[in-house]
Amino acid sequence: MEPFIRLETVAVPLGVPNIDTDQIIPARFLWRKRHDGWGHLLFHDLRFDDAGAPKPDFALNQDAYRNARVVVADRNFGCGSSREHAVWALYDFGIRAVVAPSFGDIFFNNSFQNGLLPVVLPAQRVAALRAALERSPESHVAIDLVSQTVAGPDGAIDTFEIDPFRKECLLAGTDDISFTLGHRDRIAEFEKTYEAKVSWL
Amino acid sequence: MAAPATLFDKIWSSHAVLVRPDGATLLHIDRHFVHDGSGNAFRMLKEKGLAVRRPDRTFATPDHYVPTLSHDLASINEPHRRAVVEDLEANAKIASLTLFGLNDQRQGIVHVVGPEQGLSQPGMIIVCGDSHTATHGALGALAFGIGASEVGHVLATQTLWQRKPKNMRIVVDGMLAPGVHAKDVILAILARIGAAGGAGHVIEYAGSTIRALGIEGRLTICNMSIEAGARAGMVAPDDATFAYLRGRPYAPEGADWDAALAYWGSLPSDADARFDREVHVDAAEIAPMVTWGTSPEAAAPITGRIPNPANAPDAARRDSILRALSYMDLTPGTPLTEIAIDRVFIGSCTNSRIEDLRVAAKVLDGRRAVVPAMAVPGSGLVKAQAEAEGLDGIFRSAGVAWREAGCSMCVGMNGDLVAPGERCASTSNRNFVGRQGRGARTHLLSPAMAAAAAVAGRLADVRQFATSP
Repeated sequence: MEPFIRLETVAVPLGVPNIDTDQIIPARFLWRKRHDGWGHLLFHDLRFDDAGAPKPDFALNQDAYRNARVVVADRNFGCGSSREHAVWALYDFGIRAVVAPSFGDIFFNNSFQNGLLPVVLPAQRVAALRAALERSPESHVAIDLVSQTVAGPDGAIDTFEIDPFRKECLLAGTDDISFTLGHRDRIAEFEKTYEAKVSWL
Repeated sequence: MAAPATLFDKIWSSHAVLVRPDGATLLHIDRHFVHDGSGNAFRMLKEKGLAVRRPDRTFATPDHYVPTLSHDLASINEPHRRAVVEDLEANAKIASLTLFGLNDQRQGIVHVVGPEQGLSQPGMIIVCGDSHTATHGALGALAFGIGASEVGHVLATQTLWQRKPKNMRIVVDGMLAPGVHAKDVILAILARIGAAGGAGHVIEYAGSTIRALGIEGRLTICNMSIEAGARAGMVAPDDATFAYLRGRPYAPEGADWDAALAYWGSLPSDADARFDREVHVDAAEIAPMVTWGTSPEAAAPITGRIPNPANAPDAARRDSILRALSYMDLTPGTPLTEIAIDRVFIGSCTNSRIEDLRVAAKVLDGRRAVVPAMAVPGSGLVKAQAEAEGLDGIFRSAGVAWREAGCSMCVGMNGDLVAPGERCASTSNRNFVGRQGRGARTHLLSPAMAAAAAVAGRLADVRQFATSP
């Protein structure tokens, strides 16, 4: 996993609430393998028409936003299906952070497993960021994980909260399996005590 | 004396292997269900050179990609789909997991199979790489969906890192009116609290209405907790839970049963336990519900009309309704009962259990569907039970296709799709844009309401079908 430390980049505003993971990556593509590459399928049915041609009104199809590495979304982004493919599609497209007022729970957890940073900021501030990005499409957003700040194109700097464990993993670029495997003995010990209690399992 | 605790608190603390100073908690997992969408997690394990830590705690069944016309693997003529089903069977074999395979009558939708086999029990933590895992919470378990990396983590360690969500209680009291079912209750709750109304919380459903529901109704309600954005949904175990579990293949027996029962009886929330949020719902006010939009929160009583965006409380809400109505091709003010439908789907982990099929068959008995319709049982055992009761005959006589068990048209990954522009009355759980197929328009409703819609060819009030034809 690639570490996430600091990122300054063009950001794309997607001001639609409840963008579910079915929209981020439609179910018909999910049989593919992780390493097959997913970026070209991101937001597939929003980005492309029935004939496969890019829809010009979709922000990511516009030159100004094409190289965005941050999505500034609306509430409940990534709700619905647990498909981690939604994170893979964003990541493979080049997106490294999503800023939103709230996230779908499973999507939020999946993001950290892949080096994608989900940032929660107050709805009003996120709306202001989107408005600023719509006004000046090529302006930059800077996200600093160490200081937990987002600097908008309007000059305002906001602080965000993040679980310290998730932050550590992102900064180091490690997933949690290796960390957990370091606690193998503890797990075995727990299982022994626990299974004595619930012997019927 | 211990501080008062909720059902959720009790399960959480009894599974904490490790708590970091920052609050991150490593939880032990009792049951892990894997399905034909779990291939990437098995590949990840292989790449890391790791084995499945607890094959005895891991159960596999293919559901998302299985064909429903026949369970012959060779009948999957799309090689990619066939490969994912074959992959699961191979992974299960390599890791010595218990597999309910395609030609096993116990195969089915993982969230139907777990409870049916007695694998899902009170007090457990149950996970699965599927967002509808909350279903199993109906048995008094903490059950939630996880992503592929977390599936890999559980396979390798039988644990998961989590941060404790908050407690929320939704109390539903009173008698449900005739024609109103568990699906209507959860759709009414979603309409009230919204698609993110449970975010950051585990919901405990309580109250006399929930108590009076059978386990199958509770499974339907817990199933859609994720549609409110909740981490999980659960119902405290009670006599109905114990009666449901007793005698099931994986339920404890003899002295084990007595020990389990004593433990399960200690799980319900203490009387003075504190919930971070409470919502009260009056069951008597719930009518048969349908959704009209592209989020499950866009639900309304069948007696209602398509909302007028002009009456929305704010601009964001107005835009949201306009977008939904544009996709759904609906006009503000239209009575819901005037919406003609093209197709009906009865099935999915929300509504494919035997009670669901009975209720739908009761409405269809002696009537004919006027649009294409299919009934897809949740498992091979549900199918066999329905056939033993003659329900398949009622469906067939009504012109409703009777299929093999699987997820089918809820998500269309097996090729059971709603055509672009078609309008489907569906007992599934998501009316998202493109969920049942690109351009497909979904109206969520109960099995009884779906049957009524099939007969009427439009959304209809099932209460008008109360008597036999």
